[in-house]
Amino acid sequence: MDMFAQQLVNGLVLGSVYALVALGYTMVYGILELINFAHGEVTMFGAMIALAVISALTGAHVHLPGVMLALTGLLVAIPSCMLLGYTIERVAYRPLRSAPRLAPLITAIGVSIVLQNVAMMVWGREYIPFPPILPTGHHNLLGARITDVQIAILVTALLLMLGLTLLVQRTRLGRAMRATAQSPQLAGLMGVNANAVISLTFIIGSGLAAIAGFMVSAYYGLAHYYMGFLLGLKAFTAAVLGGIGKIGGAMLGGLLLGVIESLGAGYIGDFTHGFLGSNYQDVFAFFVLIAVLIVRPSGLLGVAAGERA
Amino acid sequence: MARQKRRAWTTFALLGVGLAILPLLVEAGIGRSWVRVLDFTLLYIILAVGLNIVVGYAGLLDLGYIAFYAVGAYCYALLASPQFGLHLPFWAILPIGAGAAALFGILLGAPTLRLRGDYLAIVTLGFGEIVRIFLNNLNTPVNITNGPQGITLIDPVRIDGFSFAAKHHWLGLTFSSPQQYYYLFLILTLALIFVALRLQDSRIGRAWAAIREDELAAAATGINVRNLKLLAFAMGATFAGVAGGLFAGFQGFVSPESFNLMESVMILCMIVLGGMGNIPGVILGATLLTVFPEALRYLGDWQQAWLGRIVVDPDDLRMLLFGLALIVMMLYRPAGLWPSRLRRREWQDKRAS
Repeated sequence: MDMFAQQLVNGLVLGSVYALVALGYTMVYGILELINFAHGEVTMFGAMIALAVISALTGAHVHLPGVMLALTGLLVAIPSCMLLGYTIERVAYRPLRSAPRLAPLITAIGVSIVLQNVAMMVWGREYIPFPPILPTGHHNLLGARITDVQIAILVTALLLMLGLTLLVQRTRLGRAMRATAQSPQLAGLMGVNANAVISLTFIIGSGLAAIAGFMVSAYYGLAHYYMGFLLGLKAFTAAVLGGIGKIGGAMLGGLLLGVIESLGAGYIGDFTHGFLGSNYQDVFAFFVLIAVLIVRPSGLLGVAAGERA
Repeated sequence: MARQKRRAWTTFALLGVGLAILPLLVEAGIGRSWVRVLDFTLLYIILAVGLNIVVGYAGLLDLGYIAFYAVGAYCYALLASPQFGLHLPFWAILPIGAGAAALFGILLGAPTLRLRGDYLAIVTLGFGEIVRIFLNNLNTPVNITNGPQGITLIDPVRIDGFSFAAKHHWLGLTFSSPQQYYYLFLILTLALIFVALRLQDSRIGRAWAAIREDELAAAATGINVRNLKLLAFAMGATFAGVAGGLFAGFQGFVSPESFNLMESVMILCMIVLGGMGNIPGVILGATLLTVFPEALRYLGDWQQAWLGRIVVDPDDLRMLLFGLALIVMMLYRPAGLWPSRLRRREWQDKRAS
């Protein structure tokens, strides 16, 4: 029971981070029907920039409480990533809006390679440790151990998701976003500036990605120039799992994927009598994905879509 | 007409001679490592032409294609290495590898028949990762793949006592191992390109084109969509299986690291960059994307020559420039460098409207 509760908590925390990254994928896909392959790299940049700022501050002997240091790093990382996301869209995707469908996919891959290598040149190939500035307290919750960092991650992620939902459902901008997702041309006729909406979508998604990247590096205690790849892949899986294009779907899919992965890795040894170990953790995401797509190709919350050629 | 035919034959003859003496010139001119690059170029051409059957002909976006390459390579590695003490002959393993890859192709194809477009892309991507993770972990409790260390000491290709790993003298010339592999790969590549070209113009190829353009309409005209989709997957996988077997024999070593998602993506880039659905374009794309990153290895020397010192690690710069090249190419030639006539027309029509 203890182990179950523990894995559940770990899964929910990790899943909430997946959900934040998945939101970026799903919002872009909802509007442009484009897989933004570079999104994982934006997440990585978020973590890297925040860590760089923190280590610069500690290096300059700025005496701030640890949480303030972390917040400062985050406050630099978020706008930087927003600018990055905006630039990616302008340079690599907008000129190809009417091109064959695979063309923007290739530029996305190109952007992804460029960002990875820039990060490698700037921050090196080594793992960068997360400095020990965050509180290390922990609490007991139904027999599971939950740390302060985990609580902060979970609460922040849930608040951000709530905020995004309100933004999309209740504001003028949100209405414009939904209209553009249905039909950019028609939305344009109704006076929506589709290009501005698309830019904003990328900016919001990248901001969330920066926060998620920072959270992941705080959770695992390290950052790496290659961390965006698997994170992006899993987040995309989460988005598809929930029904791509659906904002609620990305949140549900992210949390679900985190829990499945964590429980799966915890119990696979018992189920297979030690034949398979927790090193198969990364397989679960894909098995779940394939199973969902075969049984319910539009995802959990998606409506059965017509042709998606 | 007769003159045109004669001219075509002259072109073919010149091309044949050029391809035949290419490795000799390359080894004499820029060194043996470039003959290895040529060998890899041929392998990637096989892969790109194979993936083109799935993506270009039948319109099924496959992001896990490298898994079939892995199946072919591991088949060869397991059947011709000390891992299990088996040493089967080349001509026995190659069909086994190709067949196993085809079987995996059908295994992947069967459950994904209903999926389209991006969804299919993601499932195939997941499939590719699953294969890689299993290769990585199937060393306990029974050691099959030897895990992340991979399988070493794989037998070199040997046909009728002729070992491709040893030097041979012929007509007063000495042929090194990469040069001999070049000729073997070239023959198989040309044969497979021929198969792909004939498939395109066949009844099956037209059926694939119909499915690609409109699946529903294709089914309505009596095309068996299910079987033909499976055939496309199996066919593409077979190509990859052959290439994988050749790779294992040539390299003498396989490990899961060679079969990551980036490789699948790279092969897809080759066909999109070259011009999807058009075999000459695909060959061009595969050649460029194999040779270009290799050529960028000289960046260190250039920096030394021009700036007097090495400013940026050439290995880092190499992939960066490669990524930039992908972006710039796509921005200026979104339909690929050498698109088929049909696609070019479609693209222009779309632009005009």
